Amino acid sequence: MEPLTNKKKVLEQKPLTLAERMYLPAITKGLGITISHFFKKEATIRYPEQEREFSTNWRGMHSLKRDEEGRERCTACGLCALSCPAEAITMIAAERKPEEKNLYREEKYAAVYEINMLRCIFCGLCEEACPKEAIYLDGPIVPSDYLRKDFIYGKDKLVEAPLEIK
Amino acid sequence: MEIAFVIEKFILVAIIFGISLVVAMYSTYAERKVAAFLQDRLGPDRAGPFGMFQPLADGLKMFMKEEIVPTNSNKWLFMVGPGLAMLTACIGTAVIPWGSGIQIGDRLVELQVTDINVGILYIFGVVSLGVYGVMIGGWASNNKYSLLSAIRAASQNISYEIAMGLSIIALLLVTGTMSLKEVVEQQHGWHWNVLYQPVGFILFMVCAFAETNRAPFDLPECETELIGGYHTEYSSMKLGFYLFAEYINMFVSSAVMAALYFGGYNYPGMDWVLAHTGTTIGPLIGTVVFFAKIFAFIFFFMWVRWTIPRFRYDQLMHLGWKVLIPIAIINVIVTGLVIAVIEKF
Repeated sequence: MEPLTNKKKVLEQKPLTLAERMYLPAITKGLGITISHFFKKEATIRYPEQEREFSTNWRGMHSLKRDEEGRERCTACGLCALSCPAEAITMIAAERKPEEKNLYREEKYAAVYEINMLRCIFCGLCEEACPKEAIYLDGPIVPSDYLRKDFIYGKDKLVEAPLEIK
Repeated sequence: MEIAFVIEKFILVAIIFGISLVVAMYSTYAERKVAAFLQDRLGPDRAGPFGMFQPLADGLKMFMKEEIVPTNSNKWLFMVGPGLAMLTACIGTAVIPWGSGIQIGDRLVELQVTDINVGILYIFGVVSLGVYGVMIGGWASNNKYSLLSAIRAASQNISYEIAMGLSIIALLLVTGTMSLKEVVEQQHGWHWNVLYQPVGFILFMVCAFAETNRAPFDLPECETELIGGYHTEYSSMKLGFYLFAEYINMFVSSAVMAALYFGGYNYPGMDWVLAHTGTTIGPLIGTVVFFAKIFAFIFFFMWVRWTIPRFRYDQLMHLGWKVLIPIAIINVIVTGLVIAVIEKF
């Protein structure tokens, strides 16, 4: 049957020459290659004292952002929870009281906002879906823990950008 | 036999035993470090500065592990196997000349435990006994794979002993004596035996790789083929003994090669040094040079391990019987002819 492509490589099965049968010349060449690696720089990073830097498209831990006046952007619209393929985000909305005008941007805000880090696949669809530019995935790698319930990150604990720019 | 002689030999034996154990211990560390540097990575470097306490950590781990003995194994042979391997590895150090005699006060202390006049033959006998440890371990484990590995180890060992012996015969034609001390004494300064017997040296080195079950001849203990080979069923200190015995074997083989072919404790310029440092420090410098040669050989053992793939069993047998033995025989004949011709003129 005709071959479908012309990319087939024909292997030559010549018998070994005397120099090849002696093994020693090939061994010496191999030894030279190996010892050259002895003097090259190693590729190892001594974690955790040294860390490799992330790429520009890195998606790490979530953080809910604030605007220029320090008010929370998130309005609990639920678009991020809707777009999450792993159903990791849950929230309970609440109405803003008059005295809380400097805490939240609009009249609706998220009283309870929880992300289950074990469910999250760090796809970034919540970041793309948010209309208020409130959630970004720019944090570090999620640290490890012992209990499952400690991985459900609440609003106050770890999902907030705490920078209070006055 | 005076009491001072007995005490002197006791101290020498204790020191040599201690040194061989420490060298074997740090050979494990060196193996991991050398393997890492050859593979573009760092070795162990957490247990102390540069990971220097790693062998101590490994030793402690070996002691602390649970000792598992298979139910249907031969209990007595199971215990004897590693012990025999360790014993034959350690007694090989008894005839190696570590240095010329040092003068302490008015005593001339020989830096060799015993200078028997059949030193080379003794080394061969001990090396041949070494295969028993492997075979007993493989049989006593009551495990098909261990038995296969023991069979392979035994056949590999006896095949390469013959070529080793024949290369030594050629060396004996040159030196005329089997006593290791005299062989080293004859290589004073620059006249190392490797210049007179280069083919013999290469033969001996290849056979030393095979005798110590060291890559590329490590079929008896490779992990991809036989899981652990003859030491699969061993745990804790018995396994520690097997692994240690392999490193002590490597140390003794390196010492024998350095003594027979590379001049032992001789080095170019030793006459000037000996004349200027007296009879107590001078020979110790020779001992330091000897150890440098041994460490160079041990590094070469490790270097080769990470360069060459393993031999298949039939390739191994073909190499041992059909290639090395004819070369060794031709080496003996040519050496004999050259010596006869030289003596004529």
